[in-house]
Amino acid sequence: MSDTNSSAFVRQDLVPERAAPVKTTGFVGFLRTRLFNSPTNILITIVSALLLWFIVVPALRFALVDAVWTGQDRTACLPKNPGDVVGACWPFIQAKFSQFIYGFYPEQERWRVNLTFILAAILLLPLLIPRLPAKGPNAILFFLAFPVVAFFLLLGGGLDGLGVTWTAGLLSGFNDSIGEGGRKLAAGGGTAAVIGPLLWALGKLIVLISTLVSWVLLPLTWLRDQIQAFGRPVWADFVATAVIVLGLVFWLSGGARAGWRPLINWFSIFAGIGLVIAVMGLDRGGLPIVDTRLWGGLLVTLVVSVTGIVASMPVGIALALGRRSTIPLIRIFSIAFIEFWRGVPLITVLFFATYMLPLFVPTGFTMDGLMRALIGIALFAGAYQAEVIRGGLQAIPRGQGEAASALGLSWAKTTALIVMPQALRHVIPGLVNSFIALFKDTSLVSIVALFDLLGSLRASFSDPVWSTPTTLFTGFAFAGIIYFVFCFGMSRYSLFVENRLNAHRRN
Amino acid sequence: MAIEPRQPPSQFVAKLQRVLGGRAGWSGFVVQILFVAVLAWICYEIVANARANLQAQRITAGFGFLANTAGFDVSQSLIPYSGSDSYTRVFFVGLLNTLLVSAIGIFFATLIGFFVALGRLSPNWLLSRISGGYVEGVRNLPLLFQILFWYLAVLAALPNPRQSISIFDSVFLSNRGLVMPKPIGTPGFEPFVFAVLIAIVATIALWRYSRRQLFQSGKVIKVWPYALGLLIGLPLLTALIFGAPVTFEIPALKGFNFAGGSRVIPEFVALTLALSTYTAAFIAEIVRAGILSVHKGQMEAGSSLGLQRGSVLRLIVIPQAMRVILPPLTNQYLNLTKNSSLAVAIGYPDLVSVFAGTTLSQTGQAIEIIGVTMGVYLLISLVTSAIMSFYGWRIGRSMG
Repeated sequence: MSDTNSSAFVRQDLVPERAAPVKTTGFVGFLRTRLFNSPTNILITIVSALLLWFIVVPALRFALVDAVWTGQDRTACLPKNPGDVVGACWPFIQAKFSQFIYGFYPEQERWRVNLTFILAAILLLPLLIPRLPAKGPNAILFFLAFPVVAFFLLLGGGLDGLGVTWTAGLLSGFNDSIGEGGRKLAAGGGTAAVIGPLLWALGKLIVLISTLVSWVLLPLTWLRDQIQAFGRPVWADFVATAVIVLGLVFWLSGGARAGWRPLINWFSIFAGIGLVIAVMGLDRGGLPIVDTRLWGGLLVTLVVSVTGIVASMPVGIALALGRRSTIPLIRIFSIAFIEFWRGVPLITVLFFATYMLPLFVPTGFTMDGLMRALIGIALFAGAYQAEVIRGGLQAIPRGQGEAASALGLSWAKTTALIVMPQALRHVIPGLVNSFIALFKDTSLVSIVALFDLLGSLRASFSDPVWSTPTTLFTGFAFAGIIYFVFCFGMSRYSLFVENRLNAHRRN
Repeated sequence: MAIEPRQPPSQFVAKLQRVLGGRAGWSGFVVQILFVAVLAWICYEIVANARANLQAQRITAGFGFLANTAGFDVSQSLIPYSGSDSYTRVFFVGLLNTLLVSAIGIFFATLIGFFVALGRLSPNWLLSRISGGYVEGVRNLPLLFQILFWYLAVLAALPNPRQSISIFDSVFLSNRGLVMPKPIGTPGFEPFVFAVLIAIVATIALWRYSRRQLFQSGKVIKVWPYALGLLIGLPLLTALIFGAPVTFEIPALKGFNFAGGSRVIPEFVALTLALSTYTAAFIAEIVRAGILSVHKGQMEAGSSLGLQRGSVLRLIVIPQAMRVILPPLTNQYLNLTKNSSLAVAIGYPDLVSVFAGTTLSQTGQAIEIIGVTMGVYLLISLVTSAIMSFYGWRIGRSMG
């Protein structure tokens, strides 16, 4: 052992401290690592900054600094002295605001539109917030009850019958048409050699079937005639429909054995229907009718997109199930139907709905312009929706359906109670995305003479009272902000749902 | 008590069930019969109603109208066309215009899309934010809105021809469109084209040879000086021998508009701009997803081999990402082609505008015209998806 002090190997003085490492955190560090870390990056940063400068600064100057905020007509938005720079003409938006939102909807009836918007918001918001309970009843209210209420609120008009009258009318209408076809077939095939007698026999058979069906329908049509002869047909029909449906539910759900729950549910549904009829006075003619030609602006955009998404859901579900069906003809038909609508542009679909569809309905039966566009959009969106839903169906493990079959559930119950709810939950982001696409696509209805937001905007440009050089840019800025807020909001929501669904996969 | 052996089910009945009703058996058969009956009834209703309605409107069904004289002018046509030509020619004029705007739109959309995707993935914070802002902004506005914006606001705000923006006094941009010098062929044109073709073929051959050399012997041959010499020198030589291949007709301002030169109508400019910038945003997201799908280790391995970031992307990442990118990319190309039908809103003479628009309103033959128009788009998408599934099949085969 020796004394350590004398050792020459031990350092006597402190090592001078090194300079701190280059900072990689904080603002300066951020600048160093993400913006100015190499000559190329410095160049990219400078070019990007210049680009941003030349876009953002003029845009802000246009919208805020140089903008005109008050005025009565175009003179406010023209340069006072030659050489003055005039920005956005916001009084133009103020003057046209109601046209952008309501179109030509009569001024004293606009509370109906506002009420519809408020109702939609009240029903939709709890549906979108995952934490809130009662999703099922809420969804039923929004997807089934709200469209009906909104229809009578926005369009107006009343009822002259309910379930029994409609069912009887629909069935006897079908039956008459089938019988008519049969008679024509029997009469038309007379000349041909072999096919003639065959067609005749087929026609006679169809006529026979339709006659038999009309006998079966006899009690229903008799009931309808009785109801219509009654003093207050709507209420009579309401009572009759309620009794029949409640009786059917009682019988089908297995009588008193199954408990009173289904009965109580249906009873409350009918109470709701009765309440709506009474409050809106549907039995007494309802609200004054506002022709859809007067609708416009954001109202039409929202009506078309919401109706499109609501109506395309059943179409999409049916087509998605059809495409996965084991029955060959149904599968082939579904594939052909989906691929057809997905293969053509929406604008040709709208042309189809506007010019071709009226030819396919009986002479004298006129369809509203908005209605035609809605049918086209529902078919088009339905085909896209079907593919989204099919993706969800494929994501459900086979074992789910097999387990349900093993429990003895029928195909319908397996699909409705086990497979479809899971599949739909899986595809919520996809559905929201296709809703965004639909929302953007509704702008196309302005090409077939419907005045949605974009159509109203375009129409407002031709107003000579407001024709200034900046009017166009102002209008586009306003409409652009509305579209962007809706679409961006929905895309963020879809991301949020996706993250929630994939929460278990995050690490 | 002996247990009777059960008879095996009859093979014939089972096969019959399968043929008639698929896997669902007899119930499937009944459903199919009902389905066909309903379908037949709907078809019958449609045909009967259409026949009655057409009779009431005094329209004769059929394609006879295609031979009639159109009698209207079209603002842009790739094939010679005048008002005295038939509707058939109108159809082809519209179809070619649709294909033209789609092809040019696809080219620019791909270009912009790849750049925006690379920008969004760039380590530079500012550039990635700008690219992200571009994608979000463009994707969340309706395409028709953007078309109208370019057409009504931006292009209409350009100065009139007298004050047009000119580049070297030969290209003029004004609210009447884009006017460019028009090339006119001279006798030296054909040899020139021939020389260019030879140069291209020779360059490709050279490049392939150098690659083979590289793989076989590891020798690196510098190709680009030879290629440059070939591509510039050979055409230049022919031009010196045979004289200039083309002369340019420079547009000149006459009165209120330009005379001479070739003009691109503003509708075309607006449509191409809107279609390519809109689709580029979607392509950018597809490319980004494709590049992100390539494992990070691939890029790190490339860097550790000493390759530059650009070379890593070009040689390692993008070839692997392409397999993921290509199917949705084709889908976007198809979307762009279908979206070009929005031309009808600004009056660019595409298929929908001149055929399903003007021709339909002149003749009233709704069923035939809309059927043919839908058929054309359907054919385009079916052919594309057939090519894509062939490609997918080949990829699947090469992957083993």
